[in-house]
Amino acid sequence: MLRYIIKRLIWLAFVLLGLCAITFTLSRIIPSDPAASYLGPRPRPEQVEKVRVQLGLDKPLYVQFAYYMRNLVHGDLGESLRTHRPVLQGIWEHLPASLDLMITAIFIALSVGIPLGVLSAKKENTTLDHLTRLFSVANVSVPSFWLAMIFQIVFFRWLGIFPIGGRIDTVVNLVSPIKQITGFYALDALITGNWAALKSTLSHLILPSITLAAYSTGLIARMTRSTMLEVLREDYITTARAYGISEREILFVQALRNALGPTLTTAGLCFAFMLTGTFFVELIFFWPGLGTYTVNAIFLNDYPVIMGITIIMAVFYVVVNLAVDILLAVANPRIRLG
Amino acid sequence: MVMEIQKTKHNWLNKGREYWRGMNLILKNPLTTFGLGIIIILVATALLAPYLAPYPEQGRGMSNLKERLVPPGFRHPFGTDNLGRDILSRIIIGARTSLKAAIAVVLIVIAIGVPLGLIAGYFGGKVDEIIMRFADMILAFPSLLLAIAIVASLGPNLLNALIAISIPWWPWYTRLVRSQVISLKEMQFVESARAIGASRLRIMFRHILPNCLSPVIVQATLDMGYIILSLASLGFLGLGTQPPAADWGVMVSDGREFFLKQWWISTFSGVAIFLTVLAFNLLGDGVREALDPKIRWRFQRK
Repeated sequence: MLRYIIKRLIWLAFVLLGLCAITFTLSRIIPSDPAASYLGPRPRPEQVEKVRVQLGLDKPLYVQFAYYMRNLVHGDLGESLRTHRPVLQGIWEHLPASLDLMITAIFIALSVGIPLGVLSAKKENTTLDHLTRLFSVANVSVPSFWLAMIFQIVFFRWLGIFPIGGRIDTVVNLVSPIKQITGFYALDALITGNWAALKSTLSHLILPSITLAAYSTGLIARMTRSTMLEVLREDYITTARAYGISEREILFVQALRNALGPTLTTAGLCFAFMLTGTFFVELIFFWPGLGTYTVNAIFLNDYPVIMGITIIMAVFYVVVNLAVDILLAVANPRIRLG
Repeated sequence: MVMEIQKTKHNWLNKGREYWRGMNLILKNPLTTFGLGIIIILVATALLAPYLAPYPEQGRGMSNLKERLVPPGFRHPFGTDNLGRDILSRIIIGARTSLKAAIAVVLIVIAIGVPLGLIAGYFGGKVDEIIMRFADMILAFPSLLLAIAIVASLGPNLLNALIAISIPWWPWYTRLVRSQVISLKEMQFVESARAIGASRLRIMFRHILPNCLSPVIVQATLDMGYIILSLASLGFLGLGTQPPAADWGVMVSDGREFFLKQWWISTFSGVAIFLTVLAFNLLGDGVREALDPKIRWRFQRK
């Protein structure tokens, strides 16, 4: 077990090194001159030269890479070309909003996807099963940016139930502002007993998190269905039936317990996918998270921000993947470690 | 020699029957049939686009400022956009753009992934190790994020978007081909080719490659949905097809400015993306089930 973990960690180090090499290469093949864009519009040539020296751009590539790595190790992802603020700080400020969304979304995905999958497996090949499967595939196939806009038209423009976007109502935020403790609005409002803010936060959270959850819901329902089908064919389920254990208990306790492993793996990966998913959802719902930060950087061609986010997100993705694998190996001794 | 020919013939017949049986199995599921139906319509639309579109010039990008933002009606079934262009025509022409782009991605991916898989599988050892570890490293990235980072640095246009989507994608094909090659290279026909004195290259490309192409083609078909979705996503962020060419993702994004009142621009182009991706995914599920009842939904594929 320990050997497996160490092996995976060494591999992780290689992956991370490769990852930095890729982002470094990307940041150096940009057609525009980084030194010029650092200075803003119409820089004077001697200024550009000075900044080039200042940024270390006059050195050979491998020296630049070494600098880049040294800075990374110190947690320095560079400076935004537009705001001249450290990228890491920007990411740190925008992270809670995104996590807020992602955690709610994964919660929705699990609580909708698992029961659907169980139901679908129970009623295999009936109309209900077909409908559920269609629903899951539809969830996986729908472009999130489009779904988000449809939600806005239906729930904001036509029904007027939910706000169009943002994290909290401006008026509510002025009247009873949230004291920032954790950075998670809903949690902060709950801790401080700020009910008006809590209500506003939750109503702002619903549409974006459902949109973000769509893909994962479909995937989790699929996964639950297929593993449940396998588990329900096993002997111990027949035995349980013979003992007269109620069908509900068999489904949701006896069978689901053993079918949950792959589902949770999927959920872990979904959580990592959501990082890219938030780009689109946040953009449309004016959600001030990492997605908005990134998309703005893309529009402004602010490459240190783009590369910084790529690195941080890829690290997150790789680490979540690793954690899921290790957890699974710990939970299920039948898994052969290679 | 005669015997051999007869045997081959027999094999082909069997193979034909097998395909037919597989096809039947696939079509038994109503959802799969539905998916296949939509794909057939889509391909036909893409092929006949200039003839089907009511206003082909507008579909290609010519503006028509007299009829800006007309709601859906008799003259324009899906309405017009902010430059007065017929949405239906743009969606039809867009079908062509999307399919062409998706096919281009598949070809790039196959051109990179398949030879690498062949080499890794055939030579084994160090070469295999290096290629596969590199593939693993690429797969460790979230693919859409990598694609976004690549286009953001190469500069936004369609060609770069195609490259950007292909780079995170080829390792899947390398893995697929490699596993095929490893089992194929021990087969008797490879052995005999080697005994006759065929060169390595010849064995790899003439004897082994044709035998591992069918899973590659199946996989490529199944991947179309995801590729179209990725292209639309990049287009939506302004990193893919550039205006005035018709692209579904770009159209959804163009409609964003107006969509609370002029909802039709984004809605219909989004439906086109949704239905296309849905169709490919439904077909993919059916095929996967027909090929292997125990196979799992490939959740890694995003």
